[in-house]
Amino acid sequence: MNLRPDPTFHASPKLAMEAPVENYAFTVMLSPDGSQSDGIAVIDLKEGSKTYGQIVHQVIVPNKGDEFHHFGWNACSSALSPLSGHAFLERRYLIVPGIRSSRIYVIDVKDPLKAHIHKTIEPEELFAKTGYSRPHTIHCGPEGIYVSCLGGGGKDGTDGPPGIFIMDCETFEIIGQYEMDRGKQDKHYDFWWNLPQDYMVSSEWGLPPQFENGIVAEDLLSNKYGHSIHFWDLRARKNIQTMDFGENHQMALEVRPAHDPTKSYGFCGVVVDTTNLQGAIFTWWRDDDGVWQSKKTITIDPRPEDPANLPPLLQGFGAVPPLVTDIDLSLDDKYLYVACWGLGEMHQYDVSDPMNPKLVGKVEVGGIAKGADHPNGKPFAYGPQMVEISRDGKRVYWTNSLYSTWDDQFYPDDEGGQMVMADVGENGGLTLNKDFYVDFPKGLRSHQIRLEGGDCSTDSFCYPSV
Amino acid sequence: MPELISMAALWWAVIFSGFYHGINPGMGWPLAVSAGLMERNHRALPKALGMLALGHFLAMIGILLPFSMMMFLVQWEIEIRIGAGLLVIAMGVYLLINRRHPKFLARVHPARLALWSFLAAMAHGAGLMLVPIFLGICAVGANETGHLAAQSLMGSNVMTAFLVAAVHTFAMTVTGGIIATIIYFWLGLKFLSKTWFNLDIVWALSLVLVGAFGIYAAMNGP
Repeated sequence: MNLRPDPTFHASPKLAMEAPVENYAFTVMLSPDGSQSDGIAVIDLKEGSKTYGQIVHQVIVPNKGDEFHHFGWNACSSALSPLSGHAFLERRYLIVPGIRSSRIYVIDVKDPLKAHIHKTIEPEELFAKTGYSRPHTIHCGPEGIYVSCLGGGGKDGTDGPPGIFIMDCETFEIIGQYEMDRGKQDKHYDFWWNLPQDYMVSSEWGLPPQFENGIVAEDLLSNKYGHSIHFWDLRARKNIQTMDFGENHQMALEVRPAHDPTKSYGFCGVVVDTTNLQGAIFTWWRDDDGVWQSKKTITIDPRPEDPANLPPLLQGFGAVPPLVTDIDLSLDDKYLYVACWGLGEMHQYDVSDPMNPKLVGKVEVGGIAKGADHPNGKPFAYGPQMVEISRDGKRVYWTNSLYSTWDDQFYPDDEGGQMVMADVGENGGLTLNKDFYVDFPKGLRSHQIRLEGGDCSTDSFCYPSV
Repeated sequence: MPELISMAALWWAVIFSGFYHGINPGMGWPLAVSAGLMERNHRALPKALGMLALGHFLAMIGILLPFSMMMFLVQWEIEIRIGAGLLVIAMGVYLLINRRHPKFLARVHPARLALWSFLAAMAHGAGLMLVPIFLGICAVGANETGHLAAQSLMGSNVMTAFLVAAVHTFAMTVTGGIIATIIYFWLGLKFLSKTWFNLDIVWALSLVLVGAFGIYAAMNGP
């Protein structure tokens, strides 16, 4: 407990953008075959520092086979609402779930160079208290820490629907299931919300048998992955509307609501349209009658390719699908970054008008049947994937691995973990920074990035930018 | 015999406790700032303050009324005041030991400010803080007017309860309103986190102090 609110809590997105820049990044390192322990790499981001762009500390966990994926903070700017009643929490702990083991680590990063494990929650406790498994997205909110899970109960996670559980934000005790009425929701992936407007949006990937051992081509071609997003009355814990993008829009993953709490819109990325292999972004918004609507506002075309150059999974299509696997929105709600993991491209869209995004920047690195090197001449395995934007919107960081078994199917010849950074131009535009290139220790891949003091996919704000 | 505690001092205590609750962001003034900004309308700010005031007033009166009824038992006056003092101390000690925040408050819909304000005041013992002061006013009042018939004594105590709750809530709303207005129109949101101090321990100690005062006053007259 602090005597004053944590200096990294900001009332509005605008104040967060004006705050001091990030000094460290925390990035997931995962062992794809479980032969090593997973960990969190602490990376120096202080420009001019002797160790700039280097891993300066590692928290390696004692177990193997956890498969780290997404993670998040114990507290964020949402604590500055009196409604939440905990203004004096510290942004100090990273909640890091193992998506394969269902084990959860709470890592104390108060001193980033001495980051260490504070608490471990064993899978049995999670199963017993929630009936869920495969914990994934973390957000700190009104009732504590919310964690979405991709699996339900049972060995393969299909015994009952997956969902969100709540964890105490001070003791890290698991409290229990969030949902009171889940409606049609039977799969899970990401979720986020607008706290003052009291709504939540959740999305769908697929059930554990559809992803744990690799993508199931038959399921994809028969449109059995998730293609809906769900709108919730956040505090009543009730699904108020399920929006189906159409079954050909397979894998509706990241949801990114506008950061400014006066706005009632956001975006959702769709990995692949099975009718034409396009990637897509939907803009969703609430109309004047309070009903949620959506429209496909960005499509990204596949690139034709000689089947001989393609992995077996894609040979029948003779094309490289863009595979929109992650999106992220800058704090001023101006730029949406779209990772095209298949094409090997990072796109930057101006979404000042959320209904008419404009492509204003693009970087090519990695990619299926392309493998473009980084401008510094070093290799970039797979394609641009988990993307994180600095609070001030000037730097965009990303890593390259999607998910262990899927990496191996789409990029059977690649291996390695890299994190790179691109500078954002004054009026848009994206340029890879030659000096920032993190190569992760051999045998480890990288996934989500968190920036010290918060970033563009963690903090929820309770006051508008004015 | 000079009075131990004057009527004026007790009323000042009511007003002061209002200031005290008013400056505490945890009692809600940031929500008025937020409402004004969210609705992009200056009028939303006083409206939100009004809802917060209503909830706070109801929480105060909800605590004071039962005590005003009890004071009907004139022969037990001292015991009731000592009991009330102990209760307030107990609440303070409880808040000192249990430093966790009441989770149920987070379940309230953000637009239901009156309900939230009522529950927040209840959960933090805001009403209890007034009880020893209120009982002191009742006792001094009874002394000054001489022993009235039980019926009218109770009536006057009920009146006093409403008056204490109203004066306290008014002082609280004016204080919170001034801070909210200054931040909304001039200082900006940056000062929201700058002016926020953790008053948890001070708050709990205030309850203990007020409770102890209540017992002391009961045992030493008036």
